[in-house]
Amino acid sequence: MVTLEKRPTPSRFWAAATPIVAVILTMLAGGALFAVLGKNPFEAIRTIFWDPLFGEFAWYLRGQLLVKAGPLILIAIGLSLGFRAGIWNIGAEGQYIMGAVFGASVGLAAYPTESRLIFPAMILAGAFGGWLWGMIPAILKTRFNTNEILVSLMLVYVAEKILSKAALGFLRNPEGSGFPGSRNFKDYSAASNPELIAGTGMHWGVVAAFIAVIFAHILLQRHILGFQIKLAGQAPRAARFHGVNPARMIMLCLGISGALAGLAGVFEVAGPAGQISIDFNVGYGFTAIIVAFLGRLNPIGILLAGLLMALTYIGGEMASTNLGLPSAAIQAFQGMLLFFLLAVDVLTNFRIRMFAKGVA
Amino acid sequence: MDFGGINPAVLIASLMVASVPILLAAIGELVVEKAGVLNVGVEGMMIIGAICGFLTAVGTGNPYLGFLGGAAGGAALSLVFAFLTQALLANQVATGLALTLFGLGLSSLMGQGYNGIRPPLTGAVPFGPLADIPVLGVILFSHDWVVYFSIAIIAAVWWVLRYARAGLILRAVGENHDAAHALGYKVGRVRLLAILFGGAMAGMGGAYLSLIRVPQWTDGITQGAGWIALAIVVFASWKPWRVLIGGYLFGGISVLQLNLQASGSRIPVEYLSMSPYLITILVLVIMSSGQGRGGDRAALNAPAALGQNFHASR
Amino acid sequence: MKKILAATTALALLAGAAVAQDKTKACFIYVGPIGDGGWTFQHHEGLLAVEAAYGDKVETAYQETVPEGADAERVLTQMALSGCDIIFTTSFGYMDATNAIAAKFPDVKFEHATGYKRNTPNVSTYNARFYEGRAVMGTIAGRMTKSNKIGYIGSFPIPEVIQGINASFIHARKVNPDVTMSVVWAYTWFDPAKEADSAKALIEQGVDVILAHTDSTAPLAEAAKTPGVIGFGQASDMAAYKPSPRVSSIIDNWAPYYVKRVGAVMDGTWAQQDSWEGISSGEVEIGEITEAVPAEVKAEAEALAASIADGSYHPFTGPLNKQDGTPWLADGVVANDGELAGLGFYVEGITGDIPK
Repeated sequence: MVTLEKRPTPSRFWAAATPIVAVILTMLAGGALFAVLGKNPFEAIRTIFWDPLFGEFAWYLRGQLLVKAGPLILIAIGLSLGFRAGIWNIGAEGQYIMGAVFGASVGLAAYPTESRLIFPAMILAGAFGGWLWGMIPAILKTRFNTNEILVSLMLVYVAEKILSKAALGFLRNPEGSGFPGSRNFKDYSAASNPELIAGTGMHWGVVAAFIAVIFAHILLQRHILGFQIKLAGQAPRAARFHGVNPARMIMLCLGISGALAGLAGVFEVAGPAGQISIDFNVGYGFTAIIVAFLGRLNPIGILLAGLLMALTYIGGEMASTNLGLPSAAIQAFQGMLLFFLLAVDVLTNFRIRMFAKGVA
Repeated sequence: MDFGGINPAVLIASLMVASVPILLAAIGELVVEKAGVLNVGVEGMMIIGAICGFLTAVGTGNPYLGFLGGAAGGAALSLVFAFLTQALLANQVATGLALTLFGLGLSSLMGQGYNGIRPPLTGAVPFGPLADIPVLGVILFSHDWVVYFSIAIIAAVWWVLRYARAGLILRAVGENHDAAHALGYKVGRVRLLAILFGGAMAGMGGAYLSLIRVPQWTDGITQGAGWIALAIVVFASWKPWRVLIGGYLFGGISVLQLNLQASGSRIPVEYLSMSPYLITILVLVIMSSGQGRGGDRAALNAPAALGQNFHASR
Repeated sequence: MKKILAATTALALLAGAAVAQDKTKACFIYVGPIGDGGWTFQHHEGLLAVEAAYGDKVETAYQETVPEGADAERVLTQMALSGCDIIFTTSFGYMDATNAIAAKFPDVKFEHATGYKRNTPNVSTYNARFYEGRAVMGTIAGRMTKSNKIGYIGSFPIPEVIQGINASFIHARKVNPDVTMSVVWAYTWFDPAKEADSAKALIEQGVDVILAHTDSTAPLAEAAKTPGVIGFGQASDMAAYKPSPRVSSIIDNWAPYYVKRVGAVMDGTWAQQDSWEGISSGEVEIGEITEAVPAEVKAEAEALAASIADGSYHPFTGPLNKQDGTPWLADGVVANDGELAGLGFYVEGITGDIPK
């Protein structure tokens, strides 16, 4: 029989090789799926993986990768800290929305003043909004022992209703003839978040994502807090003996992930999205959970996982438009990629043994 | 008998129907989590159940077979989850999310070309004169069979978990899989069966949407019901009867706020539409604050081994 | 050797360009999946009509489920770069993206549905006078209701939906002065379970005619469970529910407009415009009125549709007052397009507030 034998230490070779093997397996399985749908598998795979990086329009699409990956990475970094500590923030989408609403409110309240202080104020407001939304499950958990999964998830729906109210009501563009949606930040330069270097897609949100990756890496590797976070997740009782205050850990992790999600929200609304609208949120908060796990909750891993997810979104979109692939096929393809990544990951920690004799 | 223009008996009957998909999915997920596995891919299994149920019903012309097809579809998808998490020891949360993504995409692909078709219909169970009893007749005797099934399955799960040997083994596996393994119980097999049950229930819940509730197939027909079901399991503190309360509470408030709007109530609509979520949080706070401090999962009745993968080290 | 290579390359490029110029490429971005059986499905029918009308002379491409904002900008940029000659952006939320990319690609024509910004000469906007269809449905509703209660499932409190509520009510009242209107706001464009619940809530309040601004068949399915309740197909015909409860429908028919505009690109006559057509040019189609509707009501509805189509009647003709009683349109005065596009109030007779 085939059995799994735990390795004494995780294999470094496989830790690096699993993503590559997984991508290859996905290309094979995905190609088969596309062939069943009647499309040329080679062309489809090339369009998804190769074209955005090296193809005809790569000069434009490479920058778009950063635009797409930026919020994912920023949110995922925040989530990963909580996940490591065993604190399940499923409501990042809601914190993202609230960050955008708070930040946009500050920006639009200042309209039409032009001042260098407005953008920083918006950013602070956005981080605060997300932090606040993350604090609700945190306080309910520490005070009343309420499970944070449910509270943070329910608050996502509440945040969506507040977003609707903002787009239709208190943030609606007074010069918009009664149509829903706020003013567009592209028309308000003091508050907007444009590309810093044309064509690269780098806006302040992307910069923030890179900074977050570096900070998280340093935090987890060098800082005592990082050690405590890791300990709290892997050995909660040992953590308590060490002096980690669980309530403080909960507040910190939910607060940080809320604030980072809120930051992603405000950067997105002031930049690529441009305005508060009913459909402003596109699920980054949930996709970031996938990115966090794909990156094995490790900051550098998250950076790479975010870029890979962005590649499948953008490449998949091109395959949809140019090859007529239904966008559902791309969604299924992304699911398959995740499956293979998760499946192949077993080799990092376990060795496959065929026909091993059991120890008596 | 009407309060502000709303007939309570009719309201209760409505909420029983509205809650069926999340009840089925939630009770299935409860069994899975009791066995120590966290499958967040409920949404994916529900929507695969919806399309499989729809295709089976339209293909065979029989709605009962449709529900069987939906359950089979959900269970088949959960098999992927079982293989990855039990055999290959992948992270359960990530695998569940992948399941949702894959399920949403695959269901849409399977459903291409099936839009606008009406499936064979399911009527109410004919209780005859019982259905004419005022109040109780509307609440108890005018539903389709799946409504009764959802209540029955919750009762069955409660009984099995509490009194049957299989239920005790399942709970043991969920609390401490190493000890259960040491006692000779097949942890992998128990969890596999639990996962399949969860998949089948979620699939049935999805099939209810496409065969009775809407009834039609359209992309994304579940609209997040799977996530609500997950929340209801937590709300229920992993106790089966609480799933019923949680499901009816959530479904009830959702239906009530629409009824309040329809009857012309003066409560602003925005607050009404937020109410199911806020009230669910509030009730959970009240319920969990009565259960002592500590901040650890034991106080919340979660199975101690929830989310951890089991690997027999011999 | 180099000269031959250069020459052949140049020839190949020229040939390529010549071939490219033969076919007009029409591209579409959709906010939902083409399988939604409603809004996007109907737009896609328009794409198929363009293919049918022009055959080999046209090439089409589309991208479904494109979120508004940055993703829309990227898709539009890709489409423009890959040679689309005309791009139809089929959702209000694509407005800023459409205008931003149109500014970067002045040779590509952009058609934005239900919007109002046309910042550069290559952007046109188009909409359909759905309220004309609602007027016809309202007439049928007013005549056929036995409980004198009609219901409306609203999606979001935006001008287009307010127009629909007002138009249905005005015309139901015209034929039935005792009729009342209940509005339930679902806060979604498409959520079958929610729509079913909304319909049920209305039916439980005694409503026996349901109009919906949301796109699934769920309200009709719910209406089918209660004898005597009727409803209408929305966005698409929803023929599976004939002859009852679906007694008629409003069909979004984008085909004539799309065929017209692609044709204009092909023969070089495309110019910027703001189009708001209705029954007369076929953009709003009244679906078959079934035999569940009495003959004289059917005749009345069809006559109303005809009078709207030939321009002799406008659904918003005074005397009409606002909900608070203040006068809005004097006798015989017609509401102008600007007022309608920004409509934010109910007419007199509708109780309840529009959520803010």
